[in-house]
Amino acid sequence: MSIAILKYNAGNIRSVSHALERLGAEGIITDDEKLLRSADKVIFPGVGEAETTMQYLRSHGLDTILKSLTQPVLGICLGQQLMCRHSEEGDADCLGIFDVPVVRFQPEAWQDKVPHMGWNTITDCKGPLFKEFSKPEFVYFVHSFYVPVCEFTAATTEYIVPFSASLHKDNFYATQFHPEKSGSVGERILKNFLEL
Amino acid sequence: MLAKRIIPCLDIRDGRTVKGTNFVNLRDAGDPVELGRLYSQQGADELVFLDITATHEGRKTFTELVERIAAEISIPFTVGGGIHEIHDVERLLRAGADKVSVNSAAIRNPQLIDDIAKNFGSQVCVTAIDGKLTPAGWRCFLNGGRIETELDMFEWAKEASDRGAGEILFTSMDHDGVKQGFANDALARMYDLVPIPVIASGGAGTKEHFLDAFTSGKADAALAASVFHFGEIGIPDLKSYLDSKGIPVRL
Repeated sequence: MSIAILKYNAGNIRSVSHALERLGAEGIITDDEKLLRSADKVIFPGVGEAETTMQYLRSHGLDTILKSLTQPVLGICLGQQLMCRHSEEGDADCLGIFDVPVVRFQPEAWQDKVPHMGWNTITDCKGPLFKEFSKPEFVYFVHSFYVPVCEFTAATTEYIVPFSASLHKDNFYATQFHPEKSGSVGERILKNFLEL
Repeated sequence: MLAKRIIPCLDIRDGRTVKGTNFVNLRDAGDPVELGRLYSQQGADELVFLDITATHEGRKTFTELVERIAAEISIPFTVGGGIHEIHDVERLLRAGADKVSVNSAAIRNPQLIDDIAKNFGSQVCVTAIDGKLTPAGWRCFLNGGRIETELDMFEWAKEASDRGAGEILFTSMDHDGVKQGFANDALARMYDLVPIPVIASGGAGTKEHFLDAFTSGKADAALAASVFHFGEIGIPDLKSYLDSKGIPVRL
């Protein structure tokens, strides 16, 4: 099986390839159209700023490629956000795979710190990424923007408000949390993705 | 619900853990990767690796170690020690660290915090503060607590947060190593002052001390070293205790 990890101007892309290696799989970090289209799976990781990253994707033609992929695609963190229609971060027009907005957390009390950082639970888990998830599990988050609960929500987390911890539509999957940093629970999710 | 974090801290010299441990089930207790993996399996929420090497060669060894940790451990980790400028941060992040902790260098050059936040994001920048209650109030100390400064600890915490620090790691020097509990009054004051997470450090001796840090100290996370390294407190046991007391923890 070939797994392509999208190469772009994001931090810590290697942590995804390390996580794949721990599962006995190998990811190729690439921005080559041919390799991206022919891969069995594509992972779109992300740590960074929305508008800057969208500009980079557009200038390299990666936005068009991403939208037209037909194999299973997994967006992680900023990857999930950029797969949506628009982000409040930098007022960015995004890929529009999921026709929903990305908005910033608005603290309601002193303890509502932004970014939402640390281990939180995912509930109402649906779809193949969460196969055999029967109880709330902890996963690791670091983010200031979120996708509200919507028709594509595949897992929900509560922080200030309930939000989409995961999205799913057709061949497109996404997680707001970092499965590659979420210990054994994250490994189960990545393994489920690889088995799609 | 967002969990309170338990963070073991490992001191590293020349790529090896400094303080001994009495884990009999480890092949090599001096190997930070082995120990880190064990803590991760036991339920540690994050790990901190502190490089106390002074030499250039030691730094190189530490960077190689960070690469091994990143490859083998599946939870977030912070590295600190020997970070003087933005290039050190870049080197360690490139090696795979999730966060860096800056201490004396940030006091000497506060712009470092702005630069880290701007280049890599606030979530990367942990500002570590070694504080001590002096007759003049809480003061910041430099170089592992060897040099006293005139800097008010709370003012500095606020400034660090304003400049873009993502978390404050507050070590009370009076409490560190004494195992009589964390500096809960100062911790609570810190929590009320800065809008970013506060990590309590220094003073852990019993499970109750962690509970106190999370309740009266209001801490978002608690860090300890020797109680974990010497097996005095097991992480699974500590977490089920905290859970039984109503503290949200990842089980």
